[in-house]
Amino acid sequence: MSESNSVLRHARYVVSENPVTGFAFAMFLLIAFAALFGPYIVPHDPLASDTAATLQPPSIKHWFGTDQLGRDIFSRVVVATRLDFAIAVSSVILVFAMGGLAGIASGFFGGWTDRIVGRISDTIMAFPLFVLAMGIVAALGNTVTNIVLATAVINFPLYVRVARAEANVRRETGFVQAARLSGNGEFRVLLMHILPNIMPIMMVQVSLTMGYAILNAAGLSFIGLGVRPPTPEWGIMVAEGSGNIISGEWWIALFPGLALMLAVFCFNLLGDGLRDLVDPQRRT
Amino acid sequence: MFGLIAKRLLLAIPNLIGVVIITFLLTRALPGDPAAYFAGPAANKEAIEQIRVKLGLDRPLPEQFVRYVKDLAGGDLGNSLTTGQPVVTEIRNRLPASAELTLFGLVISISIAVPLGILAAVKQGSWIDHACRVVATAGVSLPVFFTGLLLVYVFYFLLGWSPAPLGRLDVFFSAPPQVTSFYLIDSLIARDFGLFRSALSQLILPGVTLGVFSLAPIARMTRASMLAVLGSDFVRTARASGLDTRTVILTYAFRNAMLPVITTLGMVFSFLLGANVLVEKVFAWPGIGSYAVEALIASDFAPVQGFVLTMAILYVALNLIIDVLYGLIDPRVRLEG
Amino acid sequence: MAKRTPKKTGATVARDASISMPLLEVRDLTVEFATRRGTVRAVEHVNITVGKGETLGIVGESGSGKSVTSFAVMRILDRAGRIAQGSVLFSGVDLTTTSDADMRRDLRGGEMSIIFQNPRAALNPIRKIGRQIEDVLLQHAQVGNQDVGEHAIQMLEQVRIARPRERYHAYPFELSGGMCQRVVIALALACRPQLLIADEPTTGLDVTTQKAVMDLVVELTRERGMSSILITHDLGLAAAYCTRVVVMEKGRVVETAKAETIFTKPAHAYTRKLMRATPRPGVSLRDLLPEGDGSRAPAPKASGTRRTTGTLLTVEKLVKEYSRKREVSLFTRLFEPKPPIEEEIFRAVDGVSFSINRGESVGLVGESGCGKSTTSMMLMRLIDKSSGLIMFDGEDIGEIPARDFAKIPLRKRIQMVFQDPTDSLNPRYTAARAIADPILRLGDAAGRDVRARCEELARRVGLPKELLDRFPHQLSGGQKARVGIARAIALKPDLVVLDEPTAALDVSVQAVVLNLLQDLKDSLGMSYLFVSHDLNVVRLLCDRVIVMRAGQIVEEGLTKQVLSDPQSDYTRELLAAIPHPPV
Repeated sequence: MSESNSVLRHARYVVSENPVTGFAFAMFLLIAFAALFGPYIVPHDPLASDTAATLQPPSIKHWFGTDQLGRDIFSRVVVATRLDFAIAVSSVILVFAMGGLAGIASGFFGGWTDRIVGRISDTIMAFPLFVLAMGIVAALGNTVTNIVLATAVINFPLYVRVARAEANVRRETGFVQAARLSGNGEFRVLLMHILPNIMPIMMVQVSLTMGYAILNAAGLSFIGLGVRPPTPEWGIMVAEGSGNIISGEWWIALFPGLALMLAVFCFNLLGDGLRDLVDPQRRT
Repeated sequence: MFGLIAKRLLLAIPNLIGVVIITFLLTRALPGDPAAYFAGPAANKEAIEQIRVKLGLDRPLPEQFVRYVKDLAGGDLGNSLTTGQPVVTEIRNRLPASAELTLFGLVISISIAVPLGILAAVKQGSWIDHACRVVATAGVSLPVFFTGLLLVYVFYFLLGWSPAPLGRLDVFFSAPPQVTSFYLIDSLIARDFGLFRSALSQLILPGVTLGVFSLAPIARMTRASMLAVLGSDFVRTARASGLDTRTVILTYAFRNAMLPVITTLGMVFSFLLGANVLVEKVFAWPGIGSYAVEALIASDFAPVQGFVLTMAILYVALNLIIDVLYGLIDPRVRLEG
Repeated sequence: MAKRTPKKTGATVARDASISMPLLEVRDLTVEFATRRGTVRAVEHVNITVGKGETLGIVGESGSGKSVTSFAVMRILDRAGRIAQGSVLFSGVDLTTTSDADMRRDLRGGEMSIIFQNPRAALNPIRKIGRQIEDVLLQHAQVGNQDVGEHAIQMLEQVRIARPRERYHAYPFELSGGMCQRVVIALALACRPQLLIADEPTTGLDVTTQKAVMDLVVELTRERGMSSILITHDLGLAAAYCTRVVVMEKGRVVETAKAETIFTKPAHAYTRKLMRATPRPGVSLRDLLPEGDGSRAPAPKASGTRRTTGTLLTVEKLVKEYSRKREVSLFTRLFEPKPPIEEEIFRAVDGVSFSINRGESVGLVGESGCGKSTTSMMLMRLIDKSSGLIMFDGEDIGEIPARDFAKIPLRKRIQMVFQDPTDSLNPRYTAARAIADPILRLGDAAGRDVRARCEELARRVGLPKELLDRFPHQLSGGQKARVGIARAIALKPDLVVLDEPTAALDVSVQAVVLNLLQDLKDSLGMSYLFVSHDLNVVRLLCDRVIVMRAGQIVEEGLTKQVLSDPQSDYTRELLAAIPHPPV
């Protein structure tokens, strides 16, 4: 009970010290809101095309303008939040589970576990990561599931590395020895003693890679390996608008790009703020 | 030293084997039927089957793999279905474009990021420190293709300062005589300054895009590392011994702080090789990134395989260089390893 | 000696100060730190003088402000700290008003130097030590570029580093802790400063290395007519090596006196408390406690079913080997003409035999690397032996693998108290949860009984009940130590291994904890294996003592016997290295 009190107090302190984190948290709430309720509150149907009103600049009727097919960009940007957010969250949860567990087992037990996990990790790391994601999605098909899978795979080595390092450091500490003396078997020590201590740092990683996951999905869509049209997704919308930049219709690519940037920026700031909360000595 | 290099090379071999296997599997899993594509739209089923046999696609997977590895050992990466050219030749022709772009971007980013990170750490809490943090976080948040498009819009469309993003050179110029295949260097060697200026002006926007992309992680790491080192015991001793600020920061702090930054460069390279693909699409750059994307969309797997393999080998080589650099600076690695 | 050229501006320090004027005069010094919870005064109204050629000791426990004072003198305070009040006069120059540039150029390293704890961390890990000495020499324009190499080698000779020419090219990680400290001393003395400040220079070093380093410092400073300040938490050390001693408590000076009188006639109550708490020959455990507490009667002896005589633990020819196999790569094997280097075997414990009786307290002493910790880990069954016999109450526990030992009932009969109280408590468990862990895993209590049991244990070890729901970072060092002890005795073990349990504690807290350990042993009828490097503590707590060196036992016997009439040379060496305060 006193633990949650002090966490809350510390959180309040960090937010007051660092208004940027507070701002990031507010942004995060906004994004979550848009993801959950976006489709219900947008003024226009994101898929409805209107050939009479193509390539219109921002106006009162269409806040972000319209694209080549006359679709309202504002609605599309808001609805796309849900998809990008969902991709980010699911891939991060997936890699956190896989990479986190593999990492702590590898760091704690060493031996063959470490060698096998290390081999897998090294093989993935031997590829430039985005290229590997491209390859996976190209091979398995342009579906959201595969994008999530590819993002999880390329983030696997990072999570393994962080979790492994943390588990390794704590492997021979006094409280781990004491846990053994108290009758905890090796697995209990790992799950009940080491894991709770690692969670804060892993949470920071989660927050930082959320941003990276969104960028990854957007990048894949940009080169045509991601989501398929007419699904609204930030990356594909930027791709669709990129051809029009040279002819001056900036709004088609700008607004989804800005939304993308703001979302990632928000997650990164949140991650930094979380890091301050968890371990002030590692402040970046 | 030699032992260190040899050891690293040996460690890299199993990785490369893994890369070859995975690349093979991935590209065999690509949708689309290369035989049908090769045979043409007018071919009937028998013709397609014939082509399939000719290409060796009817054989079981392990046999195809052995054949693939044999070809690889002989330096044969197959032929592209769309262009008919050997993949090795096309990669060799297009690699310098990507390499020049990447190196240019990296030079820009290192020359800004490292001093920025050092200054931010030395003057902790000042405006430079805050600016560095903002730049680092913002830079990491910008999608690289978006930055590219933004730069094109502002500097080409609005201001007209940059030329159209249509490749390495303006239409009126032709490539300089090939020495290094880097247009900037070759044009200087040929003393063709008009050509040099054209090549440079085409390079600037995509180079800056890549530079902005890699700036953030390097600045971030430099700052964090410098901060950690500046607070360490041995820097305290150096200060207490009365060593002047320049010696403390450069000789004592910087060299130690650079160690983690050098290892970060490996990760940055991985990102850059991926970002290359995106930037080449935005700027119509004739490098291997765009080569691979076009092939991928056409299910032309030989170029894709060649591309992934080349990238992986490059990456391994780069990491090797980084390890060696690290070993040069840190005697603990050299003498204990 | 190179001629000192006069400096350009600022602090031109007088070298020929008259004997009567003190070299360093700290007047009414107050230092503040800006922290999250507001401004904290680390040091308040401190007055200290150091005369020429004098060695002054500053003694205090953690939080006394002794280090902060010296950092303030050298003006190397943390960013958050500042000198709020007072002055620091060094040969007549007020250092509080000197600019940082002048401090750096003229004073630090040139006129005054400081050496710190943890010598290896104080050296640049990627720079040769010879070059590091050269940097200091060149900075203060002591010598020209051609001669600087020779001078550096000379400095290494003066600090008694063997083969200085070779060692010039060494990196810090290639040297031992003691050698690193000598290099740090060489750095500090290279430019012949007038004042040397030594901030806990021997903490973490073996007692023989400690003596060597202190003797060296004293010899070099006397030779050059230098003044020095020795900062330490060990009153005995200060009294042995210093002419005058200053005692600080909570940021203030409580007493300043000559070394002889500090120990024999301490004036201030705090000094008396410190002096009493310092383990030394000729006193008993109760004497360590502050006056008035010593009248507590000894705890009642154990009653009940526990046997109180007979052998509890026997160890026979116990060996632990580690293989230092060098990974010979395939490449080397293919191309090197000579055969690969054989497996190197390192015997951490080399055939050790002893026994522990019920109700007995046995001390296991030795310097770092002697194998005492490895031996105790094997007894605890935390690591596996290589060969030998471990019999506990008639059972061969050596044969049970360490991995499996955690789950058998025997586990609760052998427990441990750890050295570092912070490290040995799970940061995310409250004190109550930490104490309850063994009860939940190995005991037979459940639900509310567990909490009752924790409260009873807390009472027993003198931990206030309210602290049970706190986290380790909210507890003091002494409180954390008590939690560790409560956890160890939770299941009433037969044997408790204590691995330097008070090494990380302040000396006054140590006194209380040692008494607590003794009381618990008597009332619960436990046996102790007390692993330590501190012979004075062992003298107070142990019935028998075993001395180890390089994995082997060199001497063993009754504590009184071994420590007053040692048979082995090594034991004699250890005893001689303990600093003797002038009594």
